[in-house]
Amino acid sequence: MVKTEQTAGLPAIRNDAPAPPRRWGEWWIERLIRGAGISTIVLIGLIFVFLLREGLPAFVHVSPRTLFGVRWYPIEEMYGLVPLLVGSLLVTVGAVVIAVPLGLITAIYLGEIAPKWQREVLKPLIEVLAGIPSIVLGFLGWVVLAPLIQRAGAATGLTAFTGSLILAYMSLPTIISISEDALYAVPKEYRDAALAIGATEWQTIWRVVMPAARSGIVIATVLGIGRAIGETMAVMMVTGNAANIPALGWGMFFQPVRTMTATIAAEMGEVAQGSLHYQVLFAIGIVLFLITFAINWLAGRLIGGGGRQRRSQL
Amino acid sequence: MCRSITKIELLKAQPDRLATLLLLAMLVLAACRPTASGAADAAATPSPQRVIQNKGSDTLVNLALAWAEAYRHVNPDLLIAVTGGGSGTGIASLINGTVDIANVSRQIKPDEIADAEANGIEPVEFVVAIDALAVVVHPSNPVDALTIDQLADIYTGRITNWKDVGGNDAPIVLLSRETNSGTHVYFLEEVVRKGDSDSTDIFAPQTLLMPSSVAITSELRRNPKAIGYDGLGYVDPAHEKLIAVAIDANAPYIVPSVAAGMDGSYPIARPLFMYTAGQPTDAVAEYLDWIMGPQGQQIVADLGFIPLAAP
Repeated sequence: MVKTEQTAGLPAIRNDAPAPPRRWGEWWIERLIRGAGISTIVLIGLIFVFLLREGLPAFVHVSPRTLFGVRWYPIEEMYGLVPLLVGSLLVTVGAVVIAVPLGLITAIYLGEIAPKWQREVLKPLIEVLAGIPSIVLGFLGWVVLAPLIQRAGAATGLTAFTGSLILAYMSLPTIISISEDALYAVPKEYRDAALAIGATEWQTIWRVVMPAARSGIVIATVLGIGRAIGETMAVMMVTGNAANIPALGWGMFFQPVRTMTATIAAEMGEVAQGSLHYQVLFAIGIVLFLITFAINWLAGRLIGGGGRQRRSQL
Repeated sequence: MCRSITKIELLKAQPDRLATLLLLAMLVLAACRPTASGAADAAATPSPQRVIQNKGSDTLVNLALAWAEAYRHVNPDLLIAVTGGGSGTGIASLINGTVDIANVSRQIKPDEIADAEANGIEPVEFVVAIDALAVVVHPSNPVDALTIDQLADIYTGRITNWKDVGGNDAPIVLLSRETNSGTHVYFLEEVVRKGDSDSTDIFAPQTLLMPSSVAITSELRRNPKAIGYDGLGYVDPAHEKLIAVAIDANAPYIVPSVAAGMDGSYPIARPLFMYTAGQPTDAVAEYLDWIMGPQGQQIVADLGFIPLAAP
């Protein structure tokens, strides 16, 4: 008993004695957090500088006519970026068209309709989906999807569409979780008010909850697109890597294409550092960077000022 | 230490680029080990174990592995780490000084020699085997013979339907290795351009560039519209159909085989090389001598490549 009294008394004595060490700790933590924050900015800056340093010479040394050419055949110094851009665009657009509606519907079901127990089962499962390595999905695409698409009538199963399906699958978890969070953050009063004035459940979701969660949904879409356009390995395995510009029409999704990311991955290992080919590969990196940047900027514009207020409100 | 190297070699039997990446990671791990335990070895035995780094052509990787495994019986103290990745990758590593032997399925290019010399490295060339390039289609494809001219027309996109070369009315799906592959360059020069160095013909843009030999064979086995090419040692006639090739319509059509490659009647055959940085010394020299000797060349024949001389 006496012992407990002693130990209970000790902290009281300690409390008013050494104040400076605690302050020091705080000082360090503050600096650490600030440093971590700034390091992100510095890192992005450094990456961009490096990209520019290695890639910009390509725009000087390779004539614009070559860069805007329609043939990519590096061993003959044909550096036409158009087929690669078209390839990335086709695969990404396909993925977005498949993934965004599907993801949104799933999010609405999870957030608004599903009973609690289903939510609790489905949400972790979707997060597991996000953890599947892309190479595994690429392998599945190669072994399972490609033969199916070939049997459906394409000349080969290795097509832009095969890539789109894999990418859609990969970006789904991102789109679902983020838009579901956005829906969840819409205040319950909105729904109550809508239902109280006689709106049906569907009207409430479509006219009230979705507009209120708009900014979050846009962010979800943008992150989904970002994941799709930057993915490399899975795409490289299933799109056939033919630097071809398919003829316009629905058939173009069922032709092999070569994406920008796959080109960098497939060819970076072989090039001599500082060679023209090396610089052009970095130039592709710059183009990819600019595209991502443009998508983010566009998303910012789409969300608009009102969206920002709402976000802070949520 | 020995066990870790063996693991690398077994896994390398699949010359897949992805596997290569994985293996590179393992190689790094494996490379750390010998240095860690190497000091202990050096203390125990007078001569520390030596590791030969051997990297390059995917065409040569299986052969290089078979050699490395068999050579362990000849010299158990020597470890040989084999990696694929493509001829260009092998040469790049030689220039960077990270390998002892580069496996290359085409002759080294003048600008690569210049790069190497700029780095203070003089590449020395050894012909280690002959490879016949087999043109392959799906077993159900009725076409079984083509001329070099027809192959050139097919691969440049002048012929796009199988019916124009005596097959079904179906589009032709072109398969090729990536441009960093020595096989790709050889096929470009000898078939697409028909050996004419002034020709500027290149592969049709519709050509699917596959990252590995494995990718080509697995697509060939499931796609009746596909045509591809690969080293003879990689073709399994049970699952793929070999096309007989003639120099022109008047010449005899020859099915690729070790015999046809050795007597020179098969038109698409090429030497396979190993390059070292400077004249090889001690262990590397002994290893190369053994490869070019009867035992090494017997393995060449066993794997479906063509030996330098009858073993």
